[in-house]
Amino acid sequence: MSGASEAREVRVGAAGRAPSRRRRSPALVTGCVLVGFVVLVALVSLVWLPYAPDDTTGTRLAAPGGAHPLGTDKLGRDLLTQLMTGAWIALRAGLGATALGGVLGVCAGLAAGFATRWLDDTLSTLLDVLIAFPTLLLAMLMVAARSASLGSAVLAIGLAMTAVVARLTRVLVKRVLAQDYITAARTSGTSWPRIVTGHVLPNIWPTLVVNLALQFGLAVMAEASLSFLGLGAPPPNASWGRMLQEAQATVFTAPTGVIAPGVLLVMLVVGVNLVADGLRDTLDPTRRRTR
Amino acid sequence: MLSYLLRRLVFLAGSLFLASVVLFLLLRLLPGDPANSLLSVGASPEQIEAARHAIGSDRPLPEQFAHWLHQLVTFDLGDSFVSTLPVGPEITSRLNVTVPLTLLAFVLAVVVAVPVGYAAALRAHTRFGTLISGVSQLGIAVPVFWVGMILITVFALRLGVLPAGGFPQDGWERPGEALNSLALPVITVALVMSASLIRYVRSAALDVLGSDYLRTARALGSSFTRAMWRHGLRNGAVPVISVLGVELATTLLGAVVVETVFALPGLGSLLAQAVAQHDYPVVQGVLFVSTFAVLVIGFLSDLAQRLIDPRLRGRLSSGGTR
Repeated sequence: MSGASEAREVRVGAAGRAPSRRRRSPALVTGCVLVGFVVLVALVSLVWLPYAPDDTTGTRLAAPGGAHPLGTDKLGRDLLTQLMTGAWIALRAGLGATALGGVLGVCAGLAAGFATRWLDDTLSTLLDVLIAFPTLLLAMLMVAARSASLGSAVLAIGLAMTAVVARLTRVLVKRVLAQDYITAARTSGTSWPRIVTGHVLPNIWPTLVVNLALQFGLAVMAEASLSFLGLGAPPPNASWGRMLQEAQATVFTAPTGVIAPGVLLVMLVVGVNLVADGLRDTLDPTRRRTR
Repeated sequence: MLSYLLRRLVFLAGSLFLASVVLFLLLRLLPGDPANSLLSVGASPEQIEAARHAIGSDRPLPEQFAHWLHQLVTFDLGDSFVSTLPVGPEITSRLNVTVPLTLLAFVLAVVVAVPVGYAAALRAHTRFGTLISGVSQLGIAVPVFWVGMILITVFALRLGVLPAGGFPQDGWERPGEALNSLALPVITVALVMSASLIRYVRSAALDVLGSDYLRTARALGSSFTRAMWRHGLRNGAVPVISVLGVELATTLLGAVVVETVFALPGLGSLLAQAVAQHDYPVVQGVLFVSTFAVLVIGFLSDLAQRLIDPRLRGRLSSGGTR
């Protein structure tokens, strides 16, 4: 899992470094810092935690400071500990769902984009219907039928994402295939595989990468929503969504319980979105030209 | 146009049928007989058999499917396991909360997002433009239930100006009270929704502002306002409308979480409750109704895009969301 996030940062660094005249995108830098912080917290949580996640020995609803830097929840558990384990869960949910949805979605989209009209109509109808199944409801159904676990949540979110990514890929492929230079390439005898690697993929991958980054953020949010409804990872694996749900009743006496997980969640999602924006500005040549 | 409309309606009917098949398979193929959830742990085999017979899960799949289709066509969605009341009327009464919540939030979000997004595009490289982008970036990343919790804390608990949740028992008998209790949920949903809409409007407007056809129109002596009005609006509207359809659908579904936060008796809280109680007919009914709604929304947004953009008219499904 951590390998994937490192890979992303390496790529980001390379893109930012490329031609020296281009200004480094501030969105990209800010995004990397925010995401990097959450990744760091998650990695630290694997080797060191202030308390055991299910340690309920603290004073209940203690204020921040002293032995508990962020205070405790209504069962006396350390908030910082929960926040840190929550970071790892959020990253796992995001990466797992995006990997699943990305791979399946791009393959299905490419297939639909290149298919004959009849097959394409069938596939895109199927995609439309699948998209009509709301992610959250699908996830609720799967989680209710299986058991509430991180795996069920990731599977549901990833499958729902597949339809979205596939539809986007299909539209992008179609758009490229409608261009005159494809006709020109076909006329001059270029084979279909060469058109895919030479024209289609280079044209669509920037948009795909940007969209997958956005989907990652959505997946993290979807996992938090599921946990908020009590359908995410079961205790003692603190997910940010469940922390928020548990802290809702005590928002007045212990506001940290509501604020801290929310802030981290927002940091991660904003960070990923900024990375997506920065990548789009860096990767898409038409964006650089306009204004 | 008429032939397109007819073809698209057939297509919609086909999608609905397909959706009912997918939903049926999804629900039947999931492990565990629905009858098991009807009974407490440790029920005798005879009891389980009786329950299976009562809800028809002992019959062969094709027969079950025919029964399910018949149920859908007659809008008789069976009885709830828990309350034993018919599911159809229950869903209808819940829609009285969810539909106004969704539509009000949608309208509010559009009214806010379109001018703000356009202004942000016009001044993309000024402090104002950056500020708007920053705020909408934040808004997109904030989970809707967190916004709800913060708004409840500030406006209901601290200032005490709006109710924290609930809905009047007699529904829309007293519209003022009903609207009052919907105020915070509507603002919550609209805030989150307009954040993402602003981004789409801004990017569509940026595309238009950087386009060759706009420059050509300007070069041919058209004023900026006129060029935007004649050429920019239509071009910019197509991607925004396709997003609007998706957003409307998302909002309808986002209602699950929002209704839970605000303790509203809507479709979403019905589903959340039904899932927790394994109330199978209710889950099935709510899922079908919401899928139906999403498909119809998609149909309408396709139609609107087609009316605006003649280039799309050659194809059956525009299917284009970016």
